[in-house]
Amino acid sequence: MVEEQKIKQELEGNFSFLKEKVNVIRERRISVEVPLASFREVFDYAVNKLGFSSMSAITGLDEADNLVVIYHINKNGSIVLSIKVIISHQSPAVQTVTNYFSNADIFEREIMDLLGIKVENLAPGQRYPLTDDWPKDEFPLRKDWHLQRIEDKEAENE
Amino acid sequence: MNNPGDVKIPIGPQHPALKEPESFLLTLRGEKITSVNIKIGYNHRGIEKACEDRTYIQDLYLIERICGICSHSHSTCFVQAVEEIAGLEIPRRAKYLRTFIAELERIHSHLLWLGVAGHEIGFDTLLMYTWRDREIVMDLLAAITGNRVNYGINTIGGVRRDINAGHIDASLKAMDILEERTKYYVGIAQEEITLKKRLSGVGKLSYDDALRLGAVGPTARASGVARDVRKNDPYAAYTEIDFDLITDDHCDVYGRTVVRLKELLQAYKIVREVLKNLPDGPITVKAPRKIPAGEAVSRYEAPRGEDLHYVKSNGTEKPDRVKVRAPTLANIQAVSHMLEDGYLADMPIVVAAIDPCFSCTDRMISMHNCGTRKEEIVSWEFVHAKGIEWYRNKGIDFSQLNKKLHSMMNK
Repeated sequence: MVEEQKIKQELEGNFSFLKEKVNVIRERRISVEVPLASFREVFDYAVNKLGFSSMSAITGLDEADNLVVIYHINKNGSIVLSIKVIISHQSPAVQTVTNYFSNADIFEREIMDLLGIKVENLAPGQRYPLTDDWPKDEFPLRKDWHLQRIEDKEAENE
Repeated sequence: MNNPGDVKIPIGPQHPALKEPESFLLTLRGEKITSVNIKIGYNHRGIEKACEDRTYIQDLYLIERICGICSHSHSTCFVQAVEEIAGLEIPRRAKYLRTFIAELERIHSHLLWLGVAGHEIGFDTLLMYTWRDREIVMDLLAAITGNRVNYGINTIGGVRRDINAGHIDASLKAMDILEERTKYYVGIAQEEITLKKRLSGVGKLSYDDALRLGAVGPTARASGVARDVRKNDPYAAYTEIDFDLITDDHCDVYGRTVVRLKELLQAYKIVREVLKNLPDGPITVKAPRKIPAGEAVSRYEAPRGEDLHYVKSNGTEKPDRVKVRAPTLANIQAVSHMLEDGYLADMPIVVAAIDPCFSCTDRMISMHNCGTRKEEIVSWEFVHAKGIEWYRNKGIDFSQLNKKLHSMMNK
């Protein structure tokens, strides 16, 4: 895991706030939690200086107290770096990364639809994956969301 | 830029033939596609949310049903993540058996794709023969796992069924038959000028665009991108198996055909090696019902490309989050790019080139002529037949090749 350790050292060396925050989970798996305010510079460094030149996916999740966005980027199809940012329920927003990876578009629309996380500066486009008539402000991957909410709303409308 | 002569063609989304309904809005100028707008998500079933309310074992069977063709891909990708969080080291024999089923799945998927590709260009004899050959693998899978699809072979900690000497013997014989036939199809792809002319230059995707758009699997490898999770991030028994990573530099549908054909030959080789070196021992280790808190990213080379699962556990018997990124989603931007500046007649084969299940029953297209405001409904078969006829008028006719293949197969 020489290369993984080197990546850890470079990240921790360049960003003092990442000291002991970079976790080499196993061979070809690294994760790091980054403060939202510093996400851009760390992401830029990983892409342009460390060679993480492809995006595999973006995962959004609800950890009850916070929302989390994880960017899974890879180096030459091999090492996966998962960059995690924690955002508040009160103002859930991140900046788009489509200026780095155009294929991030569909993943960002997914976290918008399913978790209600606003993606700033994302070009206008169709929603994904929910239906066009899906009710506003209903985000099914939030932990407090249950199907009953939609059924209750439908019953009210009837 | 739109002009009054442009014709917009919406295709889908209610498309019974597709496993994953999609909506394509094509804008045509004459025969050329000037822009493509793809909308997906019509088949979103809330599986990720449903996983949070079920146990890991229940999820395994749910996850397996994400896709009918690559069911083993999803179940293996998921179970690998769970095993990593739980710190389970599965037995070597289980790793080999997972690899064995994985390659059988790749063989039937690639043969299915080859038939679909043949059909979309009017080479229906190829469809008939490749789908006949595919039945050999489907019968093997049914004999080994009990099912033609959704094999239910995986469990947390290993596999549920072992194989016996009869399965090994039948599998090795099947590989010999399939290898001989696949070599013949490789010969057709390399020598038949009709096939080469029809597929070359169609659905172009450059190396740079494949990387930029995040293409995966044979779609990316046919553009020279040497990426395959089995090599770049090996799992199961791939760390111990010798095989070649197949790439091609044609960057078109012809290249995607060549890559899949050569990957078939590699799959036969892998199956033989797995069966030859199959270790003795148990096929499973005991897994805890409650998975300790943690998270893992698992990757798997499905027949269509990289599959990625993220699993987060919270120490209970149900996961906190399951995220699935299937290969088709990764390839969707590349399809849009491939269609642009191409001909309408090439649309069926370009779309089929990334989706091996774009083949089945009824298809319907609504054509809206922006100039005349006239709208008409035509069938998918209409566009399919139009594409074949359009190329026939340009001198690319598969009638003779259909007869030739049939006569050679029956010598």
